[in-house]
Amino acid sequence: MINYRENFPLLKRICADHPLQYFDNAATSPKPQVVIDAVNDYYNLHNANVHRGPNFLAEEATTLYEDARLSVSEFIGAKREEIIFTAGTTASINLVARSWGEANLKKGDVVALSRAEHHANIVPWLQLKEKIGIVLEYIEINADGTFNAESLNKIFAQSKLRLLAITLASNVLGQYYDLNPIIKRAQSLGVICLVDAAQGITHRPLNVKELDPDFLVFSGHKLFAPAGVGILYGRRELLEAMPPFLGSGGMIAEVLEQSYTPAELPDKFEAGTPNIEGAIGLGVAIKFIKKIGWTEIVSREKVLSDYFLEKIKDLDFVKILGGEEGRLPLFSLVLKDLHPHDVADLLGERGIIVRAGHHCAQPLHDYFQVAATLRASLSFYNSLEEIDYFINSLKEIKTLLQS
Amino acid sequence: MDIYARNILDHYQRPRCRRRMTAADASFRELNRSCGDDMTVFVKMKGDVISEISFEGNGCAISVATISILSEELVGKTRAELLAMDLPDLQELLGINISMRRSKCALIGLRALQKAVSSLENKS
Ligand SMILES: Cc1ncc(COP(=O)(O)O)c(C=O)c1O
Repeated sequence: MINYRENFPLLKRICADHPLQYFDNAATSPKPQVVIDAVNDYYNLHNANVHRGPNFLAEEATTLYEDARLSVSEFIGAKREEIIFTAGTTASINLVARSWGEANLKKGDVVALSRAEHHANIVPWLQLKEKIGIVLEYIEINADGTFNAESLNKIFAQSKLRLLAITLASNVLGQYYDLNPIIKRAQSLGVICLVDAAQGITHRPLNVKELDPDFLVFSGHKLFAPAGVGILYGRRELLEAMPPFLGSGGMIAEVLEQSYTPAELPDKFEAGTPNIEGAIGLGVAIKFIKKIGWTEIVSREKVLSDYFLEKIKDLDFVKILGGEEGRLPLFSLVLKDLHPHDVADLLGERGIIVRAGHHCAQPLHDYFQVAATLRASLSFYNSLEEIDYFINSLKEIKTLLQS
Repeated sequence: MDIYARNILDHYQRPRCRRRMTAADASFRELNRSCGDDMTVFVKMKGDVISEISFEGNGCAISVATISILSEELVGKTRAELLAMDLPDLQELLGINISMRRSKCALIGLRALQKAVSSLENKS
Protein backbone atom coordinates (compact mmCIF):
# COMPACT_ATOMS: atom_id res chain seq x y z
CA MET A 1 0.00 0.00 0.00
CA ILE A 2 1.24 3.50 -0.84
CA ASN A 3 2.07 5.56 2.23
CA TYR A 4 -0.16 8.62 1.85
CA ARG A 5 0.74 9.85 5.33
CA GLU A 6 3.72 11.55 3.71
CA ASN A 7 1.40 14.14 2.20
CA PHE A 8 0.40 15.53 5.57
CA PRO A 9 2.95 17.57 7.56
CA LEU A 10 0.86 17.18 10.72
CA LEU A 11 1.46 13.44 10.72
CA LYS A 12 5.21 13.97 10.90
CA ARG A 13 4.83 15.25 14.43
CA ILE A 14 6.23 12.85 17.02
CA CYS A 15 4.24 12.22 20.21
CA ALA A 16 5.38 9.84 22.92
CA ASP A 17 8.12 8.54 20.60
CA HIS A 18 5.46 7.73 18.10
CA PRO A 19 4.43 9.43 14.86
CA LEU A 20 1.12 11.19 15.42
CA GLN A 21 -1.76 8.82 14.75
CA TYR A 22 -4.78 10.77 13.65
CA PHE A 23 -8.08 8.94 14.17
CA ASP A 24 -10.24 12.06 14.32
CA ASN A 25 -10.84 12.71 10.64
CA ALA A 26 -14.58 13.12 11.11
CA ALA A 27 -13.96 16.15 13.33
CA THR A 28 -11.56 17.72 10.85
CA SER A 29 -9.06 16.25 8.43
CA PRO A 30 -5.34 16.98 8.42
CA LYS A 31 -4.25 19.23 5.54
CA PRO A 32 -1.95 18.04 2.78
CA GLN A 33 1.15 20.09 1.96
CA VAL A 34 -0.31 21.12 -1.42
CA VAL A 35 -3.26 22.81 0.29
CA ILE A 36 -1.03 24.58 2.80
CA ASP A 37 1.19 25.73 -0.08
CA ALA A 38 -1.81 27.08 -1.99
CA VAL A 39 -2.91 29.15 1.01
CA ASN A 40 0.66 30.41 1.47
CA ASP A 41 0.95 31.29 -2.21
CA TYR A 42 -2.24 33.28 -2.09
CA TYR A 43 -0.88 35.39 0.78
CA ASN A 44 2.68 35.56 -0.49
CA LEU A 45 1.90 36.32 -4.12
CA HIS A 46 -1.72 37.15 -4.88
CA ASN A 47 -3.19 38.80 -1.79
CA ALA A 48 -6.12 40.91 -3.03
CA ASN A 49 -9.86 41.12 -2.65
CA VAL A 50 -11.99 39.36 -5.25
CA HIS A 51 -14.33 40.94 -7.79
CA ARG A 52 -12.99 44.37 -6.94
CA GLY A 53 -10.34 46.60 -8.39
CA PRO A 54 -9.00 46.80 -11.93
CA ASN A 55 -5.46 45.71 -11.10
CA PHE A 56 -3.64 42.53 -11.97
CA LEU A 57 -3.41 41.36 -8.36
CA ALA A 58 -7.18 41.52 -7.93
CA GLU A 59 -7.54 39.70 -11.21
CA GLU A 60 -5.21 36.89 -10.09
CA ALA A 61 -7.05 36.48 -6.80
CA THR A 62 -10.42 36.50 -8.58
CA THR A 63 -9.24 33.93 -11.10
CA LEU A 64 -7.95 31.61 -8.36
CA TYR A 65 -11.20 32.00 -6.41
CA GLU A 66 -13.43 31.37 -9.42
CA ASP A 67 -11.28 28.44 -10.55
CA ALA A 68 -11.88 26.91 -7.15
CA ARG A 69 -15.63 27.29 -7.70
CA LEU A 70 -15.27 25.50 -11.02
CA SER A 71 -13.34 22.67 -9.33
CA VAL A 72 -16.11 22.26 -6.78
CA SER A 73 -18.84 22.34 -9.42
CA GLU A 74 -17.08 19.67 -11.49
CA PHE A 75 -16.39 17.61 -8.37
CA ILE A 76 -20.11 17.22 -7.63
CA GLY A 77 -21.53 17.60 -11.13
CA ALA A 78 -23.18 20.97 -10.56
CA LYS A 79 -23.35 24.15 -12.61
CA ARG A 80 -20.96 26.94 -11.67
CA GLU A 81 -23.72 29.30 -10.52
CA GLU A 82 -25.19 26.63 -8.25
CA ILE A 83 -22.08 26.60 -6.05
CA ILE A 84 -22.20 29.13 -3.21
CA PHE A 85 -19.14 29.56 -1.02
CA THR A 86 -20.16 29.77 2.65
CA ALA A 87 -18.33 29.44 5.96
CA GLY A 88 -19.15 25.73 6.18
CA THR A 89 -21.93 23.19 6.62
CA THR A 90 -23.41 25.09 9.53
CA ALA A 91 -23.52 28.36 7.61
CA SER A 92 -25.02 26.63 4.57
CA ILE A 93 -27.85 25.01 6.51
CA ASN A 94 -28.61 28.25 8.32
CA LEU A 95 -28.70 30.05 4.98
CA VAL A 96 -31.30 27.60 3.66
CA ALA A 97 -33.33 27.71 6.88
CA ARG A 98 -33.40 31.50 6.96
CA SER A 99 -33.75 32.27 3.28
CA TRP A 100 -35.67 29.36 1.78
CA GLY A 101 -37.29 28.31 5.06
CA GLU A 102 -38.68 31.67 6.10
CA ALA A 103 -39.94 32.39 2.59
CA ASN A 104 -41.57 29.02 2.03
CA LEU A 105 -42.60 27.47 5.34
CA LYS A 106 -45.48 28.44 7.54
CA LYS A 107 -46.94 27.40 10.87
CA GLY A 108 -47.81 23.72 10.95
CA ASP A 109 -45.62 22.73 7.99
CA VAL A 110 -43.58 19.61 8.65
CA VAL A 111 -39.80 19.42 8.37
CA ALA A 112 -38.46 15.87 8.70
CA LEU A 113 -34.96 15.09 9.92
CA SER A 114 -33.37 11.78 10.73
CA ARG A 115 -32.50 10.72 14.26
CA ALA A 116 -28.87 10.62 13.12
CA GLU A 117 -28.50 14.34 12.44
CA HIS A 118 -25.65 16.46 13.69
CA HIS A 119 -26.77 19.46 15.77
CA ALA A 120 -25.95 21.61 12.72
CA ASN A 121 -28.96 20.06 10.99
CA ILE A 122 -31.25 20.21 14.02
CA VAL A 123 -30.80 23.56 15.73
CA PRO A 124 -31.50 25.82 12.69
CA TRP A 125 -34.83 23.99 12.29
CA LEU A 126 -35.56 24.27 16.01
CA GLN A 127 -34.94 28.00 15.65
CA LEU A 128 -37.43 28.08 12.78
CA LYS A 129 -39.86 26.15 14.95
CA GLU A 130 -39.57 28.87 17.60
CA LYS A 131 -39.89 31.59 15.04
CA ILE A 132 -42.72 30.41 12.80
CA GLY A 133 -44.08 27.26 14.38
CA ILE A 134 -43.00 24.56 11.94
CA VAL A 135 -43.31 20.98 13.17
CA LEU A 136 -40.22 18.75 13.42
CA GLU A 137 -40.46 15.01 12.86
CA TYR A 138 -37.66 12.46 13.09
CA ILE A 139 -37.06 9.41 10.93
CA GLU A 140 -36.23 6.64 13.40
CA ILE A 141 -33.05 4.63 13.09
CA ASN A 142 -32.75 0.86 13.38
CA ALA A 143 -30.12 -0.68 15.66
CA ASP A 144 -27.94 -1.36 12.60
CA GLY A 145 -27.93 2.35 11.78
CA THR A 146 -30.30 2.23 8.79
CA PHE A 147 -33.49 4.28 8.47
CA ASN A 148 -36.58 2.59 9.82
CA ALA A 149 -38.90 1.89 6.88
CA GLU A 150 -42.11 2.14 8.88
CA SER A 151 -41.09 5.46 10.32
CA LEU A 152 -40.26 6.71 6.81
CA ASN A 153 -43.71 5.64 5.64
CA LYS A 154 -45.33 7.54 8.47
CA ILE A 155 -43.40 10.67 7.66
CA PHE A 156 -44.17 10.50 3.96
CA ALA A 157 -47.84 10.07 4.80
CA GLN A 158 -47.96 13.52 6.40
CA SER A 159 -49.77 15.90 4.09
CA LYS A 160 -47.92 18.92 5.44
CA LEU A 161 -44.45 17.51 4.84
CA ARG A 162 -42.50 20.25 3.05
CA LEU A 163 -38.82 19.55 3.64
CA LEU A 164 -36.62 16.56 4.28
CA ALA A 165 -33.25 17.57 5.76
CA ILE A 166 -31.12 14.48 6.15
CA THR A 167 -27.56 13.38 6.43
CA LEU A 168 -25.74 11.40 3.77
CA ALA A 169 -23.60 9.69 6.39
CA SER A 170 -23.81 9.66 10.16
CA ASN A 171 -20.89 11.15 12.07
CA VAL A 172 -21.68 8.75 14.93
CA LEU A 173 -22.94 5.51 13.37
CA GLY A 174 -20.63 5.59 10.37
CA GLN A 175 -23.58 4.58 8.23
CA TYR A 176 -23.56 5.84 4.63
CA TYR A 177 -27.14 6.14 3.45
CA ASP A 178 -28.50 5.32 0.04
CA LEU A 179 -30.58 8.46 -0.27
CA ASN A 180 -31.60 7.93 -3.90
CA PRO A 181 -34.91 6.15 -3.26
CA ILE A 182 -35.81 8.57 -0.45
CA ILE A 183 -35.13 11.64 -2.57
CA LYS A 184 -37.12 10.18 -5.49
CA ARG A 185 -40.02 9.52 -3.18
CA ALA A 186 -39.84 13.03 -1.77
CA GLN A 187 -39.75 14.54 -5.24
CA SER A 188 -42.83 12.63 -6.31
CA LEU A 189 -44.63 14.37 -3.44
CA GLY A 190 -43.16 17.79 -4.12
CA VAL A 191 -41.09 17.70 -0.92
CA ILE A 192 -37.80 19.63 -0.99
CA CYS A 193 -34.66 17.70 0.06
CA LEU A 194 -31.58 19.06 1.77
CA VAL A 195 -28.65 16.67 2.10
CA ASP A 196 -25.99 17.17 4.77
CA ALA A 197 -22.95 15.74 3.00
CA ALA A 198 -20.40 16.93 5.61
CA GLN A 199 -19.28 13.36 6.32
CA GLY A 200 -20.48 11.57 3.21
CA ILE A 201 -18.54 13.64 0.69
CA THR A 202 -15.17 12.75 2.15
CA HIS A 203 -15.56 9.00 1.58
CA ARG A 204 -17.44 8.36 -1.68
CA PRO A 205 -17.88 10.05 -5.06
CA LEU A 206 -20.98 12.20 -5.25
CA ASN A 207 -22.88 13.62 -8.21
CA VAL A 208 -25.82 15.93 -7.72
CA LYS A 209 -27.24 14.95 -11.10
CA GLU A 210 -27.58 11.36 -9.89
CA LEU A 211 -28.49 11.97 -6.27
CA ASP A 212 -30.68 14.89 -7.33
CA PRO A 213 -31.12 16.76 -4.03
CA ASP A 214 -32.50 20.30 -4.00
CA PHE A 215 -29.79 21.47 -1.61
CA LEU A 216 -26.54 19.82 -0.61
CA VAL A 217 -24.07 21.19 1.91
CA PHE A 218 -20.59 20.37 3.15
CA SER A 219 -17.50 21.84 4.84
CA GLY A 220 -14.02 22.25 3.43
CA HIS A 221 -12.16 21.39 6.62
CA LYS A 222 -13.30 17.76 6.68
CA LEU A 223 -12.26 17.45 3.03
CA PHE A 224 -8.56 18.30 3.47
CA ALA A 225 -9.18 22.04 2.97
CA PRO A 226 -8.90 24.93 5.45
CA ALA A 227 -11.57 25.64 8.06
CA GLY A 228 -14.03 28.46 7.55
CA VAL A 229 -15.03 27.59 4.00
CA GLY A 230 -17.86 25.38 2.85
CA ILE A 231 -20.38 24.87 0.11
CA LEU A 232 -24.06 25.32 -0.45
CA TYR A 233 -25.19 23.62 -3.62
CA GLY A 234 -28.73 24.57 -4.63
CA ARG A 235 -30.83 23.79 -7.64
CA ARG A 236 -30.64 26.90 -9.80
CA GLU A 237 -34.40 27.66 -9.93
CA LEU A 238 -34.62 27.40 -6.14
CA LEU A 239 -31.65 29.66 -5.50
CA GLU A 240 -33.01 32.20 -7.97
CA ALA A 241 -36.38 32.29 -6.27
CA MET A 242 -34.92 32.64 -2.77
CA PRO A 243 -34.50 36.03 -1.12
CA PRO A 244 -30.87 36.99 -0.40
CA PHE A 245 -29.66 36.17 3.12
CA LEU A 246 -26.86 38.44 4.33
CA GLY A 247 -26.73 41.90 2.82
CA SER A 248 -23.51 43.70 1.96
CA GLY A 249 -21.19 44.46 -0.90
CA GLY A 250 -20.52 41.63 -3.29
CA MET A 251 -24.11 40.42 -3.30
CA ILE A 252 -25.66 43.44 -5.02
CA ALA A 253 -26.14 44.63 -8.59
CA GLU A 254 -27.22 48.11 -7.58
CA VAL A 255 -27.81 50.02 -4.34
CA LEU A 256 -29.98 53.12 -4.20
CA GLU A 257 -30.97 55.20 -1.21
CA GLN A 258 -34.21 53.34 -0.64
CA SER A 259 -33.75 50.04 -2.46
CA TYR A 260 -31.28 47.55 -3.86
CA THR A 261 -31.13 44.90 -6.53
CA PRO A 262 -29.35 41.67 -5.67
CA ALA A 263 -26.62 40.32 -7.90
CA GLU A 264 -27.00 37.23 -10.06
CA LEU A 265 -26.08 33.79 -8.76
CA PRO A 266 -23.77 32.81 -7.19
CA ASP A 267 -22.79 36.30 -5.94
CA LYS A 268 -26.30 36.90 -4.62
CA PHE A 269 -25.52 34.71 -1.61
CA GLU A 270 -21.89 35.74 -1.10
CA ALA A 271 -22.13 38.97 0.86
CA GLY A 272 -18.92 40.65 1.99
CA THR A 273 -15.34 39.53 1.46
CA PRO A 274 -15.37 35.75 1.30
CA ASN A 275 -12.83 33.30 2.71
CA ILE A 276 -10.66 33.64 -0.39
CA GLU A 277 -7.71 31.52 0.74
CA GLY A 278 -10.12 28.90 2.09
CA ALA A 279 -11.90 28.62 -1.23
CA ILE A 280 -8.58 28.38 -3.08
CA GLY A 281 -7.48 25.71 -0.62
CA LEU A 282 -10.71 23.79 -1.19
CA GLY A 283 -10.12 23.82 -4.93
CA VAL A 284 -6.64 22.38 -4.41
CA ALA A 285 -7.92 19.81 -1.89
CA ILE A 286 -10.33 18.56 -4.54
CA LYS A 287 -7.47 18.21 -7.02
CA PHE A 288 -5.56 16.26 -4.35
CA ILE A 289 -8.50 13.86 -3.91
CA LYS A 290 -8.94 13.48 -7.67
CA LYS A 291 -5.29 12.67 -8.11
CA ILE A 292 -5.48 9.83 -5.60
CA GLY A 293 -8.78 8.77 -7.11
CA TRP A 294 -12.03 7.50 -5.64
CA THR A 295 -11.34 3.90 -6.56
CA GLU A 296 -8.21 3.94 -4.43
CA ILE A 297 -9.85 5.85 -1.56
CA VAL A 298 -12.95 3.64 -1.42
CA SER A 299 -11.00 0.39 -1.63
CA ARG A 300 -8.46 1.40 1.02
CA GLU A 301 -11.18 2.53 3.37
CA LYS A 302 -12.98 -0.78 2.91
CA VAL A 303 -9.84 -2.67 3.87
CA LEU A 304 -9.42 -0.45 6.94
CA SER A 305 -13.07 -0.83 7.98
CA ASP A 306 -13.08 -4.59 7.63
CA TYR A 307 -9.85 -4.91 9.58
CA PHE A 308 -11.04 -2.60 12.34
CA LEU A 309 -14.35 -4.47 12.73
CA GLU A 310 -12.47 -7.78 12.82
CA LYS A 311 -9.91 -6.64 15.40
CA ILE A 312 -12.33 -4.88 17.69
CA LYS A 313 -14.20 -8.17 18.16
CA ASP A 314 -11.28 -9.34 20.30
CA LEU A 315 -12.13 -6.72 22.90
CA ASP A 316 -14.99 -7.96 25.03
CA PHE A 317 -15.41 -4.59 26.76
CA VAL A 318 -16.12 -2.71 23.54
CA LYS A 319 -19.37 -2.43 21.61
CA ILE A 320 -19.76 -0.50 18.35
CA LEU A 321 -22.85 1.63 17.71
CA GLY A 322 -24.58 0.78 14.45
CA GLY A 323 -24.15 -2.09 12.01
CA GLU A 324 -21.44 -3.39 9.70
CA GLU A 325 -23.17 -3.06 6.32
CA GLY A 326 -22.63 0.21 4.44
CA ARG A 327 -20.23 1.49 7.05
CA LEU A 328 -17.56 4.10 6.59
CA PRO A 329 -14.29 3.73 8.56
CA LEU A 330 -15.91 5.62 11.44
CA PHE A 331 -16.62 3.85 14.72
CA SER A 332 -18.29 5.07 17.90
CA LEU A 333 -17.34 2.74 20.72
CA VAL A 334 -19.29 2.10 23.89
CA LEU A 335 -16.79 1.08 26.56
CA LYS A 336 -17.94 -1.08 29.44
CA ASP A 337 -17.02 0.51 32.80
CA LEU A 338 -14.62 2.97 31.19
CA HIS A 339 -15.32 6.62 30.64
CA PRO A 340 -14.53 7.69 27.05
CA HIS A 341 -12.85 10.89 28.27
CA ASP A 342 -10.30 8.98 30.30
CA VAL A 343 -9.60 6.65 27.42
CA ALA A 344 -9.30 9.49 24.87
CA ASP A 345 -6.93 11.36 27.18
CA LEU A 346 -4.74 8.30 27.69
CA LEU A 347 -4.79 7.45 23.98
CA GLY A 348 -3.58 11.01 23.43
CA GLU A 349 -0.62 10.31 25.68
CA ARG A 350 0.24 7.49 23.29
CA GLY A 351 0.00 9.81 20.28
CA ILE A 352 -3.44 8.66 19.15
CA ILE A 353 -5.95 11.43 18.49
CA VAL A 354 -9.61 10.44 18.94
CA ARG A 355 -12.74 12.15 20.13
CA ALA A 356 -14.95 11.43 23.15
CA GLY A 357 -18.41 12.72 23.95
CA HIS A 358 -21.68 12.91 22.05
CA HIS A 359 -20.11 14.31 18.85
CA CYS A 360 -22.79 17.00 18.47
CA ALA A 361 -25.48 14.33 18.19
CA GLN A 362 -27.23 14.37 21.55
CA PRO A 363 -30.65 13.15 20.35
CA LEU A 364 -28.93 10.14 18.77
CA HIS A 365 -26.98 9.29 21.94
CA ASP A 366 -30.17 9.66 23.99
CA TYR A 367 -31.90 7.32 21.59
CA PHE A 368 -29.22 4.66 22.03
CA GLN A 369 -29.18 5.43 25.77
CA VAL A 370 -25.47 6.06 26.00
CA ALA A 371 -24.08 9.21 27.59
CA ALA A 372 -20.90 9.34 25.59
CA THR A 373 -18.85 7.30 23.17
CA LEU A 374 -15.25 7.12 22.01
CA ARG A 375 -15.03 7.82 18.30
CA ALA A 376 -12.28 6.59 16.02
CA SER A 377 -12.75 8.05 12.54
CA LEU A 378 -10.29 6.94 9.90
CA SER A 379 -9.45 8.11 6.43
CA PHE A 380 -7.86 6.48 3.38
CA TYR A 381 -4.31 7.44 4.49
CA ASN A 382 -4.53 5.53 7.80
CA SER A 383 -2.96 2.08 8.06
CA LEU A 384 -3.53 -1.40 9.44
CA GLU A 385 -0.55 -0.95 11.78
CA GLU A 386 -2.26 2.08 13.25
CA ILE A 387 -5.36 0.00 13.95
CA ASP A 388 -3.19 -2.61 15.72
CA TYR A 389 -1.57 0.08 17.84
CA PHE A 390 -5.01 1.51 18.68
CA ILE A 391 -6.39 -1.88 19.74
CA ASN A 392 -3.33 -2.70 21.86
CA SER A 393 -3.46 0.71 23.48
CA LEU A 394 -7.13 0.22 24.36
CA LYS A 395 -6.22 -3.03 26.11
CA GLU A 396 -3.40 -1.41 28.06
CA ILE A 397 -5.55 1.53 29.10
CA LYS A 398 -8.26 -0.75 30.36
CA THR A 399 -5.72 -2.56 32.51
CA LEU A 400 -4.29 0.70 33.79
CA LEU A 401 -7.65 2.21 34.72
CA GLN A 402 -9.02 -0.90 36.34
CA SER A 403 -6.07 -2.26 38.27
CA MET B 1 0.41 9.74 33.15
CA ASP B 2 0.59 12.50 35.68
CA ILE B 3 -3.16 13.01 36.04
CA TYR B 4 -3.73 9.27 36.33
CA ALA B 5 -1.49 9.10 39.36
CA ARG B 6 -1.93 6.28 41.84
CA ASN B 7 -4.05 8.19 44.36
CA ILE B 8 -6.39 9.44 41.62
CA LEU B 9 -6.92 5.93 40.28
CA ASP B 10 -7.41 4.68 43.80
CA HIS B 11 -10.19 7.18 44.49
CA TYR B 12 -11.71 6.40 41.07
CA GLN B 13 -11.81 2.66 41.67
CA ARG B 14 -12.79 2.87 45.35
CA PRO B 15 -14.59 6.16 45.68
CA ARG B 16 -15.19 7.28 49.28
CA CYS B 17 -18.59 8.52 50.30
CA ARG B 18 -20.41 7.30 47.21
CA ARG B 19 -23.88 6.92 48.61
CA ARG B 20 -27.21 8.66 48.82
CA MET B 21 -27.70 10.76 51.95
CA THR B 22 -31.23 10.61 53.28
CA ALA B 23 -31.10 13.46 55.77
CA ALA B 24 -29.01 15.92 53.76
CA ASP B 25 -29.31 19.64 54.40
CA ALA B 26 -28.57 20.39 50.78
CA SER B 27 -28.11 18.56 47.52
CA PHE B 28 -27.54 19.42 43.89
CA ARG B 29 -27.41 17.53 40.61
CA GLU B 30 -24.88 18.76 38.07
CA LEU B 31 -24.89 17.47 34.49
CA ASN B 32 -22.22 17.79 31.89
CA ARG B 33 -23.92 16.59 28.76
CA SER B 34 -20.94 17.03 26.51
CA CYS B 35 -18.91 14.59 28.62
CA GLY B 36 -21.80 12.42 29.71
CA ASP B 37 -21.14 13.16 33.39
CA ASP B 38 -23.97 13.19 35.89
CA MET B 39 -23.27 13.91 39.54
CA THR B 40 -25.50 14.50 42.54
CA VAL B 41 -23.93 15.72 45.77
CA PHE B 42 -25.31 15.75 49.31
CA VAL B 43 -24.14 17.98 52.15
CA LYS B 44 -24.85 17.92 55.86
CA MET B 45 -24.05 21.04 57.88
CA LYS B 46 -23.45 21.75 61.55
CA GLY B 47 -24.23 25.44 61.70
CA ASP B 48 -21.90 27.00 59.21
CA VAL B 49 -19.53 24.05 59.07
CA ILE B 50 -19.67 21.10 56.69
CA SER B 51 -20.07 17.90 58.67
CA GLU B 52 -20.60 15.32 55.92
CA ILE B 53 -20.51 15.03 52.13
CA SER B 54 -21.56 12.22 49.85
CA PHE B 55 -22.28 11.81 46.16
CA GLU B 56 -23.97 9.67 43.56
CA GLY B 57 -23.53 9.43 39.84
CA ASN B 58 -21.19 8.69 37.00
CA GLY B 59 -18.24 10.36 35.45
CA CYS B 60 -14.70 9.93 34.27
CA ALA B 61 -11.79 9.06 36.56
CA ILE B 62 -10.94 12.72 37.10
CA SER B 63 -14.46 13.81 38.03
CA VAL B 64 -15.11 10.82 40.31
CA ALA B 65 -11.71 10.98 42.02
CA THR B 66 -12.05 14.71 42.60
CA ILE B 67 -15.46 14.53 44.26
CA SER B 68 -14.29 11.52 46.28
CA ILE B 69 -11.29 13.46 47.58
CA LEU B 70 -13.43 16.55 48.20
CA SER B 71 -15.97 14.60 50.22
CA GLU B 72 -13.19 13.69 52.65
CA GLU B 73 -11.20 16.89 52.62
CA LEU B 74 -13.98 19.42 52.95
CA VAL B 75 -15.41 18.10 56.19
CA GLY B 76 -14.74 20.75 58.85
CA LYS B 77 -14.54 23.60 56.34
CA THR B 78 -17.03 26.46 56.43
CA ARG B 79 -19.54 27.27 53.73
CA ALA B 80 -17.63 30.43 52.87
CA GLU B 81 -14.41 28.46 52.45
CA LEU B 82 -16.15 26.05 50.08
CA LEU B 83 -17.67 28.90 48.07
CA ALA B 84 -14.26 30.52 47.68
CA MET B 85 -12.63 27.42 46.18
CA ASP B 86 -11.60 27.18 42.53
CA LEU B 87 -9.41 25.22 40.14
CA PRO B 88 -6.05 26.07 41.77
CA ASP B 89 -7.32 24.70 45.10
CA LEU B 90 -8.25 21.46 43.38
CA GLN B 91 -4.81 21.17 41.79
CA GLU B 92 -3.33 21.50 45.24
CA LEU B 93 -5.70 18.98 46.83
CA LEU B 94 -5.22 16.45 44.07
CA GLY B 95 -1.51 17.02 43.77
CA ILE B 96 -1.67 17.06 39.98
CA ASN B 97 -1.66 19.55 37.15
CA ILE B 98 -5.10 19.74 35.59
CA SER B 99 -4.99 20.56 31.89
CA MET B 100 -7.50 22.91 30.32
CA ARG B 101 -9.20 20.00 28.58
CA ARG B 102 -9.84 18.24 31.88
CA SER B 103 -10.67 21.21 34.09
CA LYS B 104 -14.41 20.73 33.50
CA CYS B 105 -14.07 17.15 34.75
CA ALA B 106 -12.32 18.22 37.92
CA LEU B 107 -14.73 21.07 38.52
CA ILE B 108 -18.07 19.29 38.18
CA GLY B 109 -18.09 18.04 41.79
CA LEU B 110 -16.90 21.32 43.26
CA ARG B 111 -19.48 23.33 41.31
CA ALA B 112 -22.22 20.95 42.42
CA LEU B 113 -21.18 21.35 46.06
CA GLN B 114 -21.04 25.12 45.74
CA LYS B 115 -24.49 25.24 44.15
CA ALA B 116 -25.83 22.95 46.86
CA VAL B 117 -24.66 25.13 49.74
CA SER B 118 -25.55 28.39 48.05
CA SER B 119 -29.15 27.20 47.82
CA LEU B 120 -28.90 26.54 51.56
CA GLU B 121 -27.91 30.10 52.17
CA ASN B 122 -30.95 31.35 50.30
CA LYS B 123 -33.25 29.24 52.42
CA SER B 124 -31.96 30.28 55.82
C1 LIG C 1 -22.82 15.26 9.62
C2 LIG C 1 -22.30 16.61 10.01
N1 LIG C 1 -23.04 17.70 9.74
C3 LIG C 1 -22.61 18.93 10.05
C4 LIG C 1 -21.41 19.15 10.68
C5 LIG C 1 -21.01 20.56 11.03
O1 LIG C 1 -19.97 20.99 10.24
P1 LIG C 1 -19.26 22.40 10.49
O2 LIG C 1 -18.93 22.45 11.95
O3 LIG C 1 -18.06 22.34 9.62
O4 LIG C 1 -20.22 23.46 10.08
C6 LIG C 1 -20.61 18.05 10.97
C7 LIG C 1 -19.30 18.25 11.64
O5 LIG C 1 -18.97 17.77 12.68
C8 LIG C 1 -21.07 16.76 10.65
O6 LIG C 1 -20.34 15.67 10.95
